[in-house]
Amino acid sequence: MLSIKNLHASINGKEILKGINLEIKPGEVHAIMGPNGAGKSTLASVLAGRELFDVTEGEVVFGGKDLLDLSPEDRAKEGIFLGFQYPIEIPGVSTVNFMKTAVNEHRKYKGLEPLKAADFLKLMRDKKALVEIDSKLTNRSVNEGFSGGEKKKNEIFQMAMLEPKLAVLDETDSGLDIDALRIVANGVNKLKTAENSTIVITHYQRLLDYIVPDVVHVLFDGRIVKTAGKELALELEEKGYDWIKEELVK
Amino acid sequence: MAKEEQDKILNEVTQSDYKYGFSSNIETDSIAKGLSEDVIRLISSKKNEPEFMLEFRLKAYRHWLTMKMPEWAHLEIPPIDYQDIIYYAAPKQKAKLESMDDVDPEIRATFDKLGIPLDEQKILSNVAVDVVMDSSSVKTTFKEALAEKGIIFCSFSEAVQDHPDLIQEYMGTVVPYRDNFFAALNSAVFSDGSFVYIPKGVRCPMELSTYFRINAENTGQFERTLIVCEDDSFVSYLEGCTAPMRDENQLHAAIVEIIVKENAEVKYSTVQNWYPGNKEGLGGIYNFVTKRGICEGANSKLMWAQVETGSAVTWKYPSTILKGDGSSSEFYSVAVTNNHQQADTGTKMIHIGNNTKSTIISKGISAGKSNNSYRGLVKVVKSCEGARNFSQCDSLLLGDKCGAHTYPYLEVYNKSAKVEHEATTSKIGEDQIFYCNQRGISTEDAIGLIVNGYAKEVINKMPMEFAVEAQKLLAISLEGSVG
Repeated sequence: MLSIKNLHASINGKEILKGINLEIKPGEVHAIMGPNGAGKSTLASVLAGRELFDVTEGEVVFGGKDLLDLSPEDRAKEGIFLGFQYPIEIPGVSTVNFMKTAVNEHRKYKGLEPLKAADFLKLMRDKKALVEIDSKLTNRSVNEGFSGGEKKKNEIFQMAMLEPKLAVLDETDSGLDIDALRIVANGVNKLKTAENSTIVITHYQRLLDYIVPDVVHVLFDGRIVKTAGKELALELEEKGYDWIKEELVK
Repeated sequence: MAKEEQDKILNEVTQSDYKYGFSSNIETDSIAKGLSEDVIRLISSKKNEPEFMLEFRLKAYRHWLTMKMPEWAHLEIPPIDYQDIIYYAAPKQKAKLESMDDVDPEIRATFDKLGIPLDEQKILSNVAVDVVMDSSSVKTTFKEALAEKGIIFCSFSEAVQDHPDLIQEYMGTVVPYRDNFFAALNSAVFSDGSFVYIPKGVRCPMELSTYFRINAENTGQFERTLIVCEDDSFVSYLEGCTAPMRDENQLHAAIVEIIVKENAEVKYSTVQNWYPGNKEGLGGIYNFVTKRGICEGANSKLMWAQVETGSAVTWKYPSTILKGDGSSSEFYSVAVTNNHQQADTGTKMIHIGNNTKSTIISKGISAGKSNNSYRGLVKVVKSCEGARNFSQCDSLLLGDKCGAHTYPYLEVYNKSAKVEHEATTSKIGEDQIFYCNQRGISTEDAIGLIVNGYAKEVINKMPMEFAVEAQKLLAISLEGSVG
C-alpha cells in the first residue's frame, strides 16, 4: 500500500528526514515512536504534502502512484488522511459545510455524484454515533473554541467521514485525558478494516495499549533505527530512548 | 449551494481577472470635458429641467467651489483634475421606446454580457430593473405593473418631468448639497439615477433593482437615488455596479437619499463591483458615495446590506438618522480589498428618537497590498432616551502586505444609552488552507469557504439572487491572493 524508499526532506535547508525506508501493507497498524525532534511529525507532514518541507531525495509510492507528484488535496482524495497534532480552527465555517465539501470532493474524484442533503446528514449521524462525538461539537464552526480533546475527537470523526485507506495519526494522544484517549482509540479501532492501514505516531506506549500495532518503529535523528513487534513499545517505555542512542553508538 | 453553482464559481475563479471589463460600442451623446456654470446649464437644458432644478444645481456648484476634497480618510488618492472629466454622457437614442424590442441591440448585448436579462425573464424572476448606463436611465421594466399599486419607479430624469412636486419636496432633504465635497459635486452635475415612491400602506410586491454601469471613457458617473416610503409601506431595493477596464481612473460620486415614514420599512442592498484597477494598481474607479436615510416616522426601519468588492478607492458610509421614536436601523457590510485597492467605509447611526435601535455588522477582508478601513459613528443626542446600539467590526487578513484598520467613533450624550462595540482581527493562515487541502479541498475552494463563512452574517441578509452573486464575487476578487 505504502512504500517509502530513502526519503530525505528538509526545511529551510536543514535536513530533518535523512533516508526513511518503510513498507506498509493493507490492514497493518504501524506505530512510529521516538524522542522529540526525531522527525516524526515531519514525516507525517511530508506524506500529506505540506509545502513547508522540501523533499530532496527518495520516493514514496502509494497505491501504485508516485505520491510526491500529487497535490495535498489529491493525496487526500487518493485516501491519505492526516490526523493533526494541533487541529486548525476555521471560524465561521460550519463543520457540516466543511465535511459536505470534503466528502463531495472525494466523491467527485471517484466520479460519483455529490451526496443529496438527506443522505449526507444520515452519513453524519451514523459516523457521529460510531465515534461517540456530540452533536454540540459538529454543530459548531470547525474546531472553533474546542478543547484539545474535543479537537482530537473531531479529527477521528472526520476520518470516519472520509474513510481513508491510510490514516496517519500524529500524536493523537497528546492532550487527552484517559477517557478521551479511550474514546479516540475506540474510534480508530472501529474504523479498522482488512484493507485500510494506520500509522500511529506517538511518544508514549500508553496509546498502544488501546491501538495495538503490528509493527513498532523507532525514529531517531531522521532515520528509522529499530523495527520490531509491539513488545518494542514496552521496552522503550521501560528503558527510555537513551537506550536506543547507546545501542546506536556501539 | 448547488454543485453546478460551485463548479461554475470554481471555473470563474480559476479564469481570474475582471470579467465585466468589456466596453460597448454605443454611440454616446456627451459634452466637452470640464466643469463650469455653462456646463451645468447645458446639462440642465439637455434634460429639459424645470427652473428649480437648475437653481439647485447652480447653488450646489457655487458651494462646491468653496470646498476642498476631504483628506481625513485613510486613503491615498492622487489629485483629481475635475476639469479633465466629462460630466454628461448619454447613450444616443432616437425616439421614445414603446417596448423592450426598441432598446438598442448594442445596449442590450452589453446587459446580456452583464447577465441582466432586460426582458421577459425578469417577469418570471419578479424583479423590476432601472438600468443606468453612464448617465441616463435606459429603460425601466415593470413600470406599469407597479403603477397599478400607485408605486412610482422610474429614472430620476423622468421623475423630474413627471413628478416635479415630489422631487422638489424631498430632494436634498437627507443629503443637502452642503453636506460634503462629493455631495456638492453630485448635486451640481448629476445626470440621472432612480426614483422610488411607495404610497401609504403598500408593500412593494417585487424587489426593485437598479444596475449602474460606466461605459464611456473619461466619464464621471454622478447618479442620484431618491426613495420615499410613506406610512406602513415596504420596499426592498437592490443596486449593482460594474465598469469596463480602463487604464485611467474614473470618478463615481453618487448620492442616495431614503425617507422612511411611520411603520414603513426599507431594505437597501448593494453589490458594488466597479473596476478595481489592475494588479499593479493602474486604473480603476474612484467611488465616493454619500448614502443616507432618515427613519422619520415612529417604528420605521431601514436596513443597509452591502458587498463591496470593486473600485480602486471606496469612500462610503451609508448612514441612518433615527428620528422617529422606536425606529431602528441595521448595517451589514462586507468590504473586500485586493492588490492595490483602498477602502474607507462604514456607517453612521444618529440616534435622535427615543428607544431607537441600531446594529452594525462590518466585515473587512484585505488581501494583496490593499488597505481596508472601517469608520463608524454612533451618536446619541442628549434628548434621546433608551437608545441601543451594537457594533461588531471584524477584519480578516490574507497575506502580510495588506492592512486593516478600525476607527469607531462614539458620541453618547444621554446616560440611558446602551452602546456596545466589539472588534476582532484574524488571518487566513497557510495552516488553515493546508488543513482544508488535507481534507481534499483545493486552495481556491478553501478560500471561498473560509471567506464566505466569515461573511455569512452579512450575505444572509441579502436577497437570494444577490447573495449568490455576492458569494461568487468574494471568491473571484480574492483569486490568487494566497500561496
